[in-house]
Amino acid sequence: MPEYPKPAWDFHGGLHIDDHKSESLATPLREAGIPTSLTLPLQQHIGQAAEPVVQVGDEVLKGQLIARASDYVSANLHAPTSGRVVEIAERPIAHPSGLSAQCIVLESDGQDRWGELPEPIENYREADPADLRERLRWAGIVGLGGAVFPTSVKTNTTGRVIDTLILNAAECEPYITCDDRLMRDHPGDVIDGALILQHIVSAGQVLIGIEQNKPEAIAALQAEIDARGLNEMRLVVVPTKYPSGGEKQLIYLLTGIEVPSRGLPLEVGILCQNVATTAAIADAVLRGRPLISRIVTLTGEGVTQPGNLRVAIGTSIRDLVNEMGGYTAQAQRLIMGGPMMGFALGSDELPVVKGSNCFIAASREEIPDPVSASPCIRCGECVKVCPAQLLPQQLYWFARSRDFDKTQDHHLFDCIECGCCAYVCPAHIPLVQYYRFAKTEIWASERERAKADHARRRHEFHEARLKRLEEERQARLRKKKEVLRKKPASGGDPKKAAIDAAMKRVAAKKAAQRPPEQSQGPEQAPEQEKEA
Amino acid sequence: MGVLSAILTLTLLAGVFGLLLGYAAVRFRVEGDPIVEQIDALLPQTQCGQCGYAGCRPYAEAIAAGEAEINRCPPGGEAGMIALADLLGRDPVPLEDEEAAAKPKSVAYIREAECIGCTLCIQACPVDAILGAAKQMHSIIADECTGCELCLPPCPVECIDMVPIRETPETWRWPYPDRKPWLQEAGDA
Repeated sequence: MPEYPKPAWDFHGGLHIDDHKSESLATPLREAGIPTSLTLPLQQHIGQAAEPVVQVGDEVLKGQLIARASDYVSANLHAPTSGRVVEIAERPIAHPSGLSAQCIVLESDGQDRWGELPEPIENYREADPADLRERLRWAGIVGLGGAVFPTSVKTNTTGRVIDTLILNAAECEPYITCDDRLMRDHPGDVIDGALILQHIVSAGQVLIGIEQNKPEAIAALQAEIDARGLNEMRLVVVPTKYPSGGEKQLIYLLTGIEVPSRGLPLEVGILCQNVATTAAIADAVLRGRPLISRIVTLTGEGVTQPGNLRVAIGTSIRDLVNEMGGYTAQAQRLIMGGPMMGFALGSDELPVVKGSNCFIAASREEIPDPVSASPCIRCGECVKVCPAQLLPQQLYWFARSRDFDKTQDHHLFDCIECGCCAYVCPAHIPLVQYYRFAKTEIWASERERAKADHARRRHEFHEARLKRLEEERQARLRKKKEVLRKKPASGGDPKKAAIDAAMKRVAAKKAAQRPPEQSQGPEQAPEQEKEA
Repeated sequence: MGVLSAILTLTLLAGVFGLLLGYAAVRFRVEGDPIVEQIDALLPQTQCGQCGYAGCRPYAEAIAAGEAEINRCPPGGEAGMIALADLLGRDPVPLEDEEAAAKPKSVAYIREAECIGCTLCIQACPVDAILGAAKQMHSIIADECTGCELCLPPCPVECIDMVPIRETPETWRWPYPDRKPWLQEAGDA
């Protein structure tokens, strides 16, 4: 492995672990076939689920919008191939809960016909950044490194100045090689996307952070940068240490800038994007294509031919495995994501989504059954390896005793769930599980609190409304009573009053006709009233 | 002389501080009881009346006045009771109605075909979560329903069901990691 100059900064903790990348890098990138049935979850991103714009029975073309972003933080969804919508229903999705979610099920017609696409924006340097962001939004691009945050939202700098755009090419987690494969085979797309992003956020410089265990990808990107003579773009090779691909960790490695606790890189003038995302951006802007496929690593001792495939979103994992020669006899468990941060799947009949970077069909030796935990011996190893510089042991005690306020005081939400602490724990305590448990409990109680506050407002409004109605009723009653009380004074019978008025008019007329007796009429009337 | 001056000084000080306090009591007077607000903020706002009071706020007022125990709110569950105990510095007490607290969170659902449009449930709903008019079919806005069950008794045709809220991938919670019994002993001792 070639030696590269060491970067000036190094983040705290981290691990040197066997990377297991060579297994899936032996074969070139393959194009997976279009399966007969595709399942597309409406929620493949952070934010609100997309809203279907097609109905069951509709014929759709490849690249056609089938579900629209329902909110600002949401993402469009497009048909990965041409075919017919056969169902819009709940289907199991790849999620640690094993629960189902709304999906559009598409039956492919095998013709893979493209629908109408927007015009490519070849000359993006002349384009308005807002139009380019609108294009990213149309294309349904989300962070493909795993966080699946809508890119059009992330690139909205809200008036802040971005001086550095960082391309995350670290791919630090063992087994995963989809970004490596992409950079080797399509370095041009990665660089194109980076330049488009640079134009959108008008960043002064672009840094590409890549781990030194990818010499071929480094060479390919460097050749591309040199060929185009890009002065403001620099490749920074970082030592192979997990988790250097963590956003905050990579930013520190490359710039020495620490992103504040619970803050965003935007606040320190940095935007960080994964290389697969930039390649998708190039596709959307330069070719007018939406995000309908991605590169997925399929590896582990449980699969016959480990490697990388370009797969249509919505393809089932089983189809993927069949494409790679099926399972071996050692296949024991299926993991989505890497061995450090991924989660086990209960079935392989689940769809590939925008955020699926890797599936591991692992043997028992690769990913052994969890060993039963023993008591914490307070060795402090977890503190040494924590890349977020937290106190994992304290967090563990508090999460375990359900003291969630204390976990938040100890910055639970700065935990990136990288799993370093659990990896080194000699007592085999499933630390990350405790943190995930605590995080979801806190979110649940926040949701409940919000719901309670909402109910309180509605109840107060309800009470106020009842009070107002009661007051109005009382006011009406009062008025009626007053009218009733007044009536006797005004003569009681309306008929009689009318007769009196008529008599008065007649008397007045008579008085007018006979000027000397003028005073008679008007004087008579009040007397009559008094009598009544 | 020494004693006299000491008495004088203290009397003077007492007088000054008394005036200060008196002024502050008038100037910075707080309307209502802030502890009621704090208790009310911890209650789940289902307005169900299972505590025996007309709603969450009356219960909060009763707790603040020392008239009610803190264990009478089944929707708040044990977590709610413990939060109240923490706030008020009282000892946690077992919930009065454990069975009701163990019920899954639900929302009301009207079997619309059977609804006769009597509006009785609309009048009973404390959060205006039921939509409808006289002799028109009624429907519950699930997002607004607190699951208080107050609409069930007035319904003359019993067409309202309580449907447990389904878990979705967004609301799903990671389970508490498995513990070995002996570990529990060692850790919690």
